[in-house]
Amino acid sequence: MKQPSVELKLPIIPNMELIATQTADVIARHMHLTEDQAGEISMALIEACINAFEHSKAENNVFIHFLIEEDSLVVKVIDQGIGFDKTKVEIPKIENKIGKDERKRGWGLQLIQELMDSVEFESNSEGTTVTMKKNINK
Amino acid sequence: MSEFIKSTKESNQIIIIETDGYLNNEGGEAISAICYDKMKSGQNKFLINMAATKVVNSIGVSILIEIIEKLQEVDGKIGYFNLAPIVSKTFNIMGLTKYSTVFATEEEAVSGL
Repeated sequence: MKQPSVELKLPIIPNMELIATQTADVIARHMHLTEDQAGEISMALIEACINAFEHSKAENNVFIHFLIEEDSLVVKVIDQGIGFDKTKVEIPKIENKIGKDERKRGWGLQLIQELMDSVEFESNSEGTTVTMKKNINK
Repeated sequence: MSEFIKSTKESNQIIIIETDGYLNNEGGEAISAICYDKMKSGQNKFLINMAATKVVNSIGVSILIEIIEKLQEVDGKIGYFNLAPIVSKTFNIMGLTKYSTVFATEEEAVSGL
């Protein structure tokens, strides 16, 4: 049997990422995830949406696909923006930001990678897909 | 005052700011506006009660890093209490806990800052 999935189409409007987190909360309850797991998924989702909204320069919509698997939840955040080169994204450190001219922002990818069990990025000049997976603790 | 700021009060020469809702860029700027205004009159200790802020993003939290930086210039301090577990984890990942303090309760925060 095909695994259930949920798909969202979000317009690029401020705070629209909260729609995605509300959906993630409902799915997390359906899957009996812990409160910590649900929080981690929502936080990673917020950051992935913000990256898609702000950095991709996408003009249309951002698509979120939730794939409910037997032992995990897979979340894909898809934009049709300009893409990015992950190798050029520096790992942020607060020591390099406090008391220095460096911009204080730039934490999104770091948070996503820390909060999810696996993360994959596929990006080219036609868009980016971030695939994030949270394993279910049984 | 921004809807994000539920209340502000002073206790033991510490300004306590109670927030309500999503800590995004607007929420962060609402906190920083209060802190910078109070710093002009010599206040340099701040606590944020985040009991009603269950969701944050890294842009809002980055503004807290800017406040930490400004407070370092005046030998000030900032701390937080009543954090949801994911907010606490986010602060840890971003390193805020190296330069500011997370407390469990207001009582602990007021005595420990």
